[in-house]
Amino acid sequence: MSRLSSRIAVPLAVAVLLGASALPVAAQGTIKIGEINSYKAQPAFLDSYKRGMQLAIDEINAAGGVNGKQIELITRDDNANPGDAVRLAEELVSREKVDVLMGGFLSHIGLALTDFAKQKKVFFLASEPLTDKIVWQNGNRYTFRLRPSTYMQVAMLIPETVKMGKKRWAIVYPNYEYGQSAVATFKALLKAAQPDVEFVAEQAPPLGKVDAGSVVQALADAKPDAIFNVLFGADLAKFVREGNTRGLFKGREVVSLLTGEPEYLDPLKDEAPNGWLVTGYPWYGINTPEHKAFLAAYRKAFNDYPRLGSIVGYSAIKSLAAGMQKAKSTDTEKMIAAFSGLQVSTPFGMITYRPEDHQSTMGGYVGKTKNDGGKGVMVDYRYVDGNKVLPSAAEVKKLRPAD
Amino acid sequence: MDALASFVAQLLNGLAGASSLFLVAAGLSLIFGVTRIVNFAHGSFYMLGIYVAYSAVAWLGRGVGYWLGLALAAIAVGIVGAVVEMVVLRRIYRAPELFQLLATFALVLIIKDAALWIWGAEELLGPRAPGLGGSLPILGRAFPSYDLFLIVIGPTVLGLVWLLLTRTRFGTLVRAATQDREMVGALGVNQAWLFTAVFALGALLAALGGALQLPREPANLELDLTTIGAAFVVVVVGGMGSLPGAYIAALLIAELKAICIWLGVVDVFGVTISFSKLTLVVEFLVMAVVLVVRPWGLLGRPQAPPRVSGAAEAPLRLGDNLTTAVAAVLVLSLVALPPMTASQPYVAVLAIDILVAVLFATSLHFIMGPGGMHSFGHAAYFGLGAYGAAILVRAAGLPMEAALVLGPLVAGIGAVVFGWFSVRLTGVYLAMLTLAFAQIAWAVAYQWDSVTGGSNGLTGVWPAAWLAGTRAYYYLTLTLVLAGAWLLRRMLFSPFGYAMRAARDSALRADAIGIDVKRVQWVGFAIAGLFAGLAGSLFAFSKGSISPESLYVGKSIDALVMVLLGGVQTLAGPAVGASVFTWLHDTVARNTEYWRAMLGAIILILVLLFPQGIAGFVQQVVDARRDAKGDR
Repeated sequence: MSRLSSRIAVPLAVAVLLGASALPVAAQGTIKIGEINSYKAQPAFLDSYKRGMQLAIDEINAAGGVNGKQIELITRDDNANPGDAVRLAEELVSREKVDVLMGGFLSHIGLALTDFAKQKKVFFLASEPLTDKIVWQNGNRYTFRLRPSTYMQVAMLIPETVKMGKKRWAIVYPNYEYGQSAVATFKALLKAAQPDVEFVAEQAPPLGKVDAGSVVQALADAKPDAIFNVLFGADLAKFVREGNTRGLFKGREVVSLLTGEPEYLDPLKDEAPNGWLVTGYPWYGINTPEHKAFLAAYRKAFNDYPRLGSIVGYSAIKSLAAGMQKAKSTDTEKMIAAFSGLQVSTPFGMITYRPEDHQSTMGGYVGKTKNDGGKGVMVDYRYVDGNKVLPSAAEVKKLRPAD
Repeated sequence: MDALASFVAQLLNGLAGASSLFLVAAGLSLIFGVTRIVNFAHGSFYMLGIYVAYSAVAWLGRGVGYWLGLALAAIAVGIVGAVVEMVVLRRIYRAPELFQLLATFALVLIIKDAALWIWGAEELLGPRAPGLGGSLPILGRAFPSYDLFLIVIGPTVLGLVWLLLTRTRFGTLVRAATQDREMVGALGVNQAWLFTAVFALGALLAALGGALQLPREPANLELDLTTIGAAFVVVVVGGMGSLPGAYIAALLIAELKAICIWLGVVDVFGVTISFSKLTLVVEFLVMAVVLVVRPWGLLGRPQAPPRVSGAAEAPLRLGDNLTTAVAAVLVLSLVALPPMTASQPYVAVLAIDILVAVLFATSLHFIMGPGGMHSFGHAAYFGLGAYGAAILVRAAGLPMEAALVLGPLVAGIGAVVFGWFSVRLTGVYLAMLTLAFAQIAWAVAYQWDSVTGGSNGLTGVWPAAWLAGTRAYYYLTLTLVLAGAWLLRRMLFSPFGYAMRAARDSALRADAIGIDVKRVQWVGFAIAGLFAGLAGSLFAFSKGSISPESLYVGKSIDALVMVLLGGVQTLAGPAVGASVFTWLHDTVARNTEYWRAMLGAIILILVLLFPQGIAGFVQQVVDARRDAKGDR
């Protein structure tokens, strides 16, 4: 250890630590929203999510806040680890004294926070996580969820899938809960609508580590009529490039979950496939007044186009504000009462938080992909209302434990 | 007939995969062979390679510029490697064994955030390679021509590096240094430059492996961690320092993966087996089997013990009055902590996490320091303890108090089984076998939906009502952690502890005085697993949920970092390291956006300031003062 570096390093380290441990300054008369997410682990989705939240907060506060109070957002990074997420939730509740919790992207973290909310009797809005269990098997009265669940995303695709009339299906999905439950739902719903369907190949590569060449060839060798894909992110890019090179998609229908979201479609660039049936977010072509206003405000604020994450972040904050307004309070019990059947105006139109399972009726766009001059876009899309693809109250009651 | 063609075509895919694997592993093998550094940052060099190649190709265009761009990327990252070696690693070669690992861990954090800052969060898919963008018809299938190119490039690089090592003076020196570093130094070779050159060459090879993936996969921020595990496996399976071995290992693993994918879902006697799901752990299964059968890998030779790594460790001494007084004050202030911080309830919450980390790190130190067995898979026992407790509460319906007692036993049983195989090995091979077992345990937890909840894990694992409050749970944790740490310490000064230290310092002499070395190590391993399991059980009930992360390699690395940060040669080291690391992580992550880079930078500074670890440094200072007094 040279003397020079210790002379610089010691004061530097001390300065860093002192600066970092400064106590948080509490603002007076504000409503605090504590938000936990895997910002560093999932930056591609969560950067735009954060911007969406910020836009909503700014709009609400500029209009005078909620119940006469300004809203303050406190975000925490859980390092993609449920243990950290629970610790941070305790920190937000006990130290920052937040009024409500929200957040989650990864399913297991969403579930850990759902359970935390139940144990500690805190109001929790699960904004992003997709797993069905948050509102069904593991649902509880303290937890509500905004984004359309895995089940809903799959169910939205089923009517067009059935119309294809394809018999032999090959399936590829990332080997964890999201992929597994998407495939289970797809098989069940398709089989119910089209009993003669056959599933001729099934590949479940590890998340983020698909051996695309081998997987593409194995799928092609099964000679399917159509393919159901659940891969996303880097796995999707590898799969699409190999599939294009090896001619997997030639003469075959492809149904693909989430692929129309700009987060996953844009990185494909000139590899973007033609004619895949996908769920997604065609921000460039939604002409409802709510969305137009949102788009203009978002572009003005950030000089960038929104991703689906932006919609989710924005709508989550708007939901909480609407709930607090209806409850005229941030008290947990009053918030739960207010959220049952709460109606919120979002860029996707009016949504309702269902009393029976606490799932919002936010839907999604279903359409076909098109490679438009080296850039992937969605065409022929329509909005599917979440209410149309959710099971009835009676069915949900069987899935959900009693409060 | 078509089934055969499809099988052969899959073998071809496997060949292409093997080339990619080999390129990363080759550099890692060279670096370890010469410098004995376990370079966690190797995957980061790979990731940098593909990112820099992406930018270079965007800048140089798509013709000849494309290939020039790939080459430039490799060279640029090679230079980064040289700088890292000169600025950081060169200063800590004399630190205790494995300490350099800590510096490379810090580099992983810094490089990841730097890549995020420079290239952004969105994954970047590079253009196809000019001239090799299409496919050729082989066996009635369209086979990418770039994959054919890759199949050739792997053995070509193997040949070139082999020529470099056997036909040049530099190569002779590298081989000599691999066998006996001290002797090479004694013969007048400038070791500093040799190490720099080897480290740069290793980084260059990693980056070349990354750059060559540009047409096959998008540059993304996960590549560092997904690559490093596979690279280590290939190096170890092949035999440390053996390049042909590395190629054979890469081939073996890539082909096995291709075959698993080819098999897909198969019905065997009415049982449906998804072989494609097996690709999750196939490399670790291979590693476990190879190491159990061939303790030095396929083509490896027994490792010569390194002679220049730091000074010999001083024997452990029972604490004097000063130590006892410090410990007493510490315990008293821990007991007084909750009432003293009643206005800041989060302090107790964080303290629970810190205490759990202390016990976890102390249990690793037990086998790693005095036991001399470097476990890279200690999270397996933490996770087994956590899952054991959670499953006993959830599925067996046991009360929480009983689960807290039985959970650690599950971990202990796991350690008895894994330990039996592991203690037959030494050095880095032992470390990698423990890692393989941990990854297999992780894969089981990740896949066994009906019992472990699969990737979601289990929720609803809360303490009994009388322990549910933060303060009550804090006192429970404090009691058990102090008792655990005290017991582990007590054991080190028992005859068993002396036997374990004797076995570490000289297995031969220990054997000669009648110590059954393997059995002593085995018992030590099981005890460490038991206490790691206790930490895991405490963790599960403090969080109310448990997920596969708790036995993933990241958790094992955290434990290593804690022990090394505190100082592997002191008994207080793991406690100090665990406290500092957990607290730093919490504070830095809350207050900075680029917290990973910040955490990495702080660790790097600590590494350079305290090459003996923090507690090791304090001990040095205290000893020096005592010596000075004694002289007077």
